[in-house]
Amino acid sequence: MSARDEVLARVRRAKGPREVAPVPREYRAAGTRGPGDLELFAERLRDYRARVRVVAVDEVADAVAAALRDRGARHVVTASGVPPEWTATWAAAGTVPPSAPPSAPPSAEQAGSGEPVELSDPVSRIESRVPLGGDAREALREIVAAADAVVTACHVAVAETGTIVLDHDAADQGPRALTLVPDYHLVVVRAEQVVAGVPDAVAALDGVRTQTWISGPSATSDIELERVEGVHGPRTLEVVIVR
Amino acid sequence: MTTFLGMPAGGGNLTGEPFPKAAREALGNAQLRRNLAKATGTIRAKRANVVGELPDWAQLRAAGAAIKDEVLANLDEHLVRFEEALTSRGTHVHWARDAGEANRIVADLVRATGTREVIKVKSMATVEIGLNEALAGIGVHAVETDLAELIVQLGKDKSSHILVPAIHRNRSEIRDVFRREMPGVDPDLTDDPRALAEAARRHLRHKFMTVDVAISGANFGVAETGSLVVVESEGNGRMCLTLPRTLISVVGIEKLVPRWQDLEVFLQLLPRSSTGERMNPYTSVWTGPTEGQTSHVVLVDNGRTATLADPDGRAALRCIRCSACLNSCPVYERTGGHAYGSTYPGPIGAVLSPQLTGVDRNPTLPFASSLCGVCYDVCPVAIDIPAMLVHLRGRVASAKGTTPESTAMRALAWAMADARRWRRLVRLGRFGRLASRHVPLPGWSTARDLPQPPKETFRDWWESSR
Ligand code: SF4
Repeated sequence: MSARDEVLARVRRAKGPREVAPVPREYRAAGTRGPGDLELFAERLRDYRARVRVVAVDEVADAVAAALRDRGARHVVTASGVPPEWTATWAAAGTVPPSAPPSAPPSAEQAGSGEPVELSDPVSRIESRVPLGGDAREALREIVAAADAVVTACHVAVAETGTIVLDHDAADQGPRALTLVPDYHLVVVRAEQVVAGVPDAVAALDGVRTQTWISGPSATSDIELERVEGVHGPRTLEVVIVR
Repeated sequence: MTTFLGMPAGGGNLTGEPFPKAAREALGNAQLRRNLAKATGTIRAKRANVVGELPDWAQLRAAGAAIKDEVLANLDEHLVRFEEALTSRGTHVHWARDAGEANRIVADLVRATGTREVIKVKSMATVEIGLNEALAGIGVHAVETDLAELIVQLGKDKSSHILVPAIHRNRSEIRDVFRREMPGVDPDLTDDPRALAEAARRHLRHKFMTVDVAISGANFGVAETGSLVVVESEGNGRMCLTLPRTLISVVGIEKLVPRWQDLEVFLQLLPRSSTGERMNPYTSVWTGPTEGQTSHVVLVDNGRTATLADPDGRAALRCIRCSACLNSCPVYERTGGHAYGSTYPGPIGAVLSPQLTGVDRNPTLPFASSLCGVCYDVCPVAIDIPAMLVHLRGRVASAKGTTPESTAMRALAWAMADARRWRRLVRLGRFGRLASRHVPLPGWSTARDLPQPPKETFRDWWESSR
């Protein structure tokens, strides 16, 4: 008998009656709590030591430019579907002015020398819909390894937990490596994408094939169970909330 | 083999020295006890905070238990559905009866890629089956990329906790391991956790960018969609799941949930119970091979069907490996995880390990508890561990003939069979005397500290310290 058939036969022999009581779902279900509270969402993000800017629709480009400037970013990548106007202000500036590195400690090594830098190709765009087999994988690796910042949209966000979820098949969110390898991730979240709780997000993600749920920057609790931010994923997460 | 209905037992890293002996050694280690008390104290407080924040925690817990019971009641059907969903998307599905078979499958897959090195996401299932040792046997080095697993691997140590395998090490011990074992490490590395995390980042960065085969486990598999879910903190999981060309995921057959919607329950229960956070930093979900990868799933039994066969023990398969029961257990806090001799220590290990292996190969673990009940209170899927321990003590006692050990077990089983009787004995501080007078087993009567519970029971302590 194949291992498959044997394991299945064992299961059939071992298990009890097939009848089961229906799952009691008396917890706060999807769609019962209204839209997500933006202030709560921002507060939760800050609890994870993510940086948050809350702006109006027409301020997005300025907020993105300010964030990238503060970061001292030189080589920015975005997913192909990110609206070009989000990065337009920053790209048009043509140079990165010398800027004091922001307060987060890990950014010091990325902040550069303090000299203004000419930007030849300020924003690289990564196609997310192409299958990333063979050479495309290699090319992607090289591009993201060289980038020092990435800008994307998201699919849904959860106020109660400060979570942002990416759909990697969406053109404005890009393949997984895009938002993983650069040390700084800037996400633009639109107000209507913010839901109240986890069940709302799970409902919104039904059928989404490849997802990453992000709650703050990379962290570990492996040393004496104390939280330390910044291990392998982006060490800085910055969120622009469009109210 | 003493498993239910003669179901084949599991193998791998599930047995060690008898618990009383190992515990006695651990109890002599004051540093270990300090490290554990500090770490588990921190995490208990964090967990209590974030669990208290949710007004519907009890309802989520009830749903979590019911969903897992639903899976177990029709596990064969869910497995077949899961397999179909995976296969239809192009994932290769393999089945393994036991640890040895799972290791052979993975070793063959790795060999076929020609690599000499694989990167690993933290996975209890692969520790359970002893995969790293098996890969070493074919000349392949498995690089652990989770910080705590890396500490254990570099220190040639063993895991002592299911979430934080190096919980028994404090920061200066970790610095010493890194200074000694990490190639190219800064010799002046300090014991600041930030510096230690940075050292691990540098050490692993190159591996992530160059090694082309990864091995993962999974926290959940969704039967209806074939989605796999990995819950993590550091981003090492994302690196391993994303960058290599070949991904092999080793998944215990009990890891399924029936529907996508069920994750709305577990993605609330798990992070709050395990690291005490509202949400863990990263959760990856993938459905079929992604971005040009080749993807394999190895479904492993290794004693799980033997566990399923016992109606009074099968609820142990609900476990989502959050580790809340370890962090809350007064026995675990004093002995540490190594004393349990199994990949799965603590209260869940005391009920799961003997069921996976058969009680004859783990006869002392069901006694590694004072039945204080706090493990049940904190368990997000409501596994009644104390009741299961009592049941398994009965199985141990009836499995043995009349050896001194079995007489001892029966005496203990009597004392422990009734929770109120047991608590009374414990409160009166009588258990040690009872054990030494009436238990004709030198190993037990001299192992003063266990199963003799701490002077103050957890309940007493809990009540008095609030
Ligand atoms: S038994 Fe319950 S508390 Fe313990 S690890 Fe499993 S799910 Fe968590």
